[in-house]
Amino acid sequence: MGGRDKLARLSLLSREAEDPPFAEPWQAQAFAVVVELIESGRLTQEEWSQRLSAELRAAEGRGEYDTGERYYVHWLAALERLTVDREITAWNELAEEREATRMHDHHRRDEQLKSP
Amino acid sequence: MADDKPAQADYDLRTRALVSVLTRKGLVDPAAMDAVVEYHERQVGPHIGAGLVARSWVDPDYRRRLLADARAVAREENVTGFQSTDLVAVANTPSVHNLVVCTLCSCYPWSVLGLPPTWYKDSAYRARAVIEPRNVLREFGLDLDDEVEVRVWDSTAEVRYLVIPQRPPGTDGMSVEQLTALVTRDSMIGAETLAVSGQK
Repeated sequence: MGGRDKLARLSLLSREAEDPPFAEPWQAQAFAVVVELIESGRLTQEEWSQRLSAELRAAEGRGEYDTGERYYVHWLAALERLTVDREITAWNELAEEREATRMHDHHRRDEQLKSP
Repeated sequence: MADDKPAQADYDLRTRALVSVLTRKGLVDPAAMDAVVEYHERQVGPHIGAGLVARSWVDPDYRRRLLADARAVAREENVTGFQSTDLVAVANTPSVHNLVVCTLCSCYPWSVLGLPPTWYKDSAYRARAVIEPRNVLREFGLDLDDEVEVRVWDSTAEVRYLVIPQRPPGTDGMSVEQLTALVTRDSMIGAETLAVSGQK
């Protein structure tokens, strides 16, 4: 519980800072995946809440206090872990997909630079 | 922002890869995802909760029903998106102030308030709101009288809370629409009050 003691001394974020709901487009996408999975009955609110809180607790245990900005980083990590635990995908499949996406991006950029 | 551009690019790549895999397996539909984002960014927001609060100020029977079963009242107003989640309304009075938190993650009454503000998701708020709510409120600029009881509601996946703030003085004769415009998001979390009287 040492982490909690430290948390008790952290200062609060200002309520004045008005930020958009999603700071980056990927955050909106990661959010929408979870909503879709819940709405289609593939994921319950309970399970998601448990998984997200486990991810947040683990991060706090590592001393990575969430300043709100990193919130969706933990959200994404919880979502990846969910899909792997459920054997919907596997870590290596996700890694391959990332590589394929990266290659596709490079290719598209090359194409755009070539075009007049 | 704490994160630099390369990190954001990495999160972006991870998200897109995950979405591609889930789409290929028929578990999500990108078009439906766009609609979800659009809905949460533009349509659902604190104005929905504010409408419920304002009506509860002018209609005692409505207020009774809202406090008894907020979920049912919200459904009557065509507020959707509850899933299995219950919605409970708690009313501030001159002697009771309610504050909502989610100590575990960031459970929040999305259907009536939209997406949670950053400060609500912050570790410090999540930890401290239950330990020392008065200090938290004081730091938020709300200095409650000692006689005022502070009740902290810890949201869960099953139950979300909506605070009904006290109606501010000097608003007699205002229409429901005018009153709705006075109700702030943070007042419905309990982080601020709209009243001047009763507090210092």
